[in-house]
Amino acid sequence: MSTLYDCRDAFSDTLVALGESEPRIVVVNNDSVGSSKTGAFRERFPDRLINVGIAEQNMVGVGAGLANAGKIPFVCSASCFLTGRALEQIKADVAYSDANVKLVGISSGMAYGALGPTHHSIEDFAWTRAIANLTVVAPADPEETAQAVRLAAATHGPVFLRLSRMGVPAIYDPTYSFAFGKASRLRDGGDITLIANGVMVTRALEAAELLAVRGIDARVLNMATVRPLDREAVIAAARETGAIVTAEEHTVYGGLGSAVAEVVVQTVPVPMRILGVPGVFAPTGEPEWLLEHFGLTPEGIRDAALELRG
Amino acid sequence: MGHIGGDFSATDILTALYFGGILKVYRDRPADPGRDRFILSKGHCAGALYTTLAYAGFIPLDELDTFMQPLSRLNGHPDRKKVPGVETNTGPLGHGLPVGVGAAIGAKIDGANWRVVVLTGDGELQEGSNWEAAMTAGHRGLDNLTVVVDRNRLQQGDSTANTVDPDPLADKWRAFGWAVHEVDGHDFNALLDAFEGLPLQTGKPTAIIAHTHKGKGVSFMEDKAAWHHKVPSREQMLAAMNELEAGA
Repeated sequence: MSTLYDCRDAFSDTLVALGESEPRIVVVNNDSVGSSKTGAFRERFPDRLINVGIAEQNMVGVGAGLANAGKIPFVCSASCFLTGRALEQIKADVAYSDANVKLVGISSGMAYGALGPTHHSIEDFAWTRAIANLTVVAPADPEETAQAVRLAAATHGPVFLRLSRMGVPAIYDPTYSFAFGKASRLRDGGDITLIANGVMVTRALEAAELLAVRGIDARVLNMATVRPLDREAVIAAARETGAIVTAEEHTVYGGLGSAVAEVVVQTVPVPMRILGVPGVFAPTGEPEWLLEHFGLTPEGIRDAALELRG
Repeated sequence: MGHIGGDFSATDILTALYFGGILKVYRDRPADPGRDRFILSKGHCAGALYTTLAYAGFIPLDELDTFMQPLSRLNGHPDRKKVPGVETNTGPLGHGLPVGVGAAIGAKIDGANWRVVVLTGDGELQEGSNWEAAMTAGHRGLDNLTVVVDRNRLQQGDSTANTVDPDPLADKWRAFGWAVHEVDGHDFNALLDAFEGLPLQTGKPTAIIAHTHKGKGVSFMEDKAAWHHKVPSREQMLAAMNELEAGA
């Protein structure tokens, strides 16, 4: 069993380091200093952490206003409340206004487990991906999280970073180079492509090993950026491997799988399976149990791939 | 086109801010970091803002003829990426004040002395986001922030009193930690006195409740909810222009 990391730690460490070199960086949150792990930033830069209280619409608007004042605000909150409660602020104040705001959705997907569907954020890809001028990223491990945070800070424009609190193994080392809109090919293969992001990437990699046992050589793509999608990587996968399975910790309506399918059906139509939460509110259960419940496991991905390859 | 009733209730306020020496904004440097920020939270009154910005030299006067025409940068609600002098894109209500609070916090962090003025409607105050922002501004004592409420007592469908009454409005702002001043929103000198005295109280954000009339200056439009976004006929337009010019 490899060591598991909470990507919020990489986020927190990177944010503090950035704060040292870039005085314009500020943090805005909604009484979520603990859950977003921004306590270290507050300790180091007390005047640069703005806690607006439990008020998400105001939180995102304040972020846009800080950007107007020349700051680089990281607006951090549980993803369900950030995206669900403040979606119109994300659309109008941030994306449409082209405010230099970095939205950080913490504990996305089903990471809140038994707290239930009110706290799950399995609609956030669909909601945010539909908005123009908003980059949507779900990193897979600590290194990719750190690089995505640094790149977001260094790049002008609205970004939504979708982070989890579920433990994930390290996939990348510092030689990796993350870019918005670029898939990362983690495994070569010509029989089928597995496309995943966030906590599902490591599961897709394990599924590829299970498929190798059956003589199927699977390509694995980490599609961290959901918008803008790496169309070239998707088209190449369809053309070169002839079948695609997507896996995401999100509803199957409107997320990563939908984004991939939009490209596939209009370019190189190939059979696909979209794995995710099948359009229901999750039952009570802890995060790992919920992923298993919905087949979001190495075995579930393997079985979908086997079914596709017939 | 647009929302004439609210344009006319807000015009004297905009005129005082832009032409009364209140706002430090620069037509040749619209993004100057030290400028004052004016935010039109009642974004549907873009027509009044564009007219003000045109007379202030931010956009050409003759461009006003393109208002809401295909591909015009003068959209029915303002777009900061296209129109110099627009700070944030508004249209959905209850968005301007939170953004204004953020900008005011940013100025405080930097110890900068520029100010933020947000113009809201009164019906708009039914949006809860305003009160989230008001609570934050009061808590942080943002005395570099002013909200001007265009208190024309009408909203799209009816009077504010018959819909969800904002009164007692001054008490609400005071309860949120704001200093409050009420003024005749069509009395230019009274408006200037109020703006020149900002902040009303050190350590508190200021709310100026400007009592106004929707459709001000045109007898058949004044205080009529129907003129929230009604488009005048050619005859009505000419009659309105005659009345406005006679009153000027």
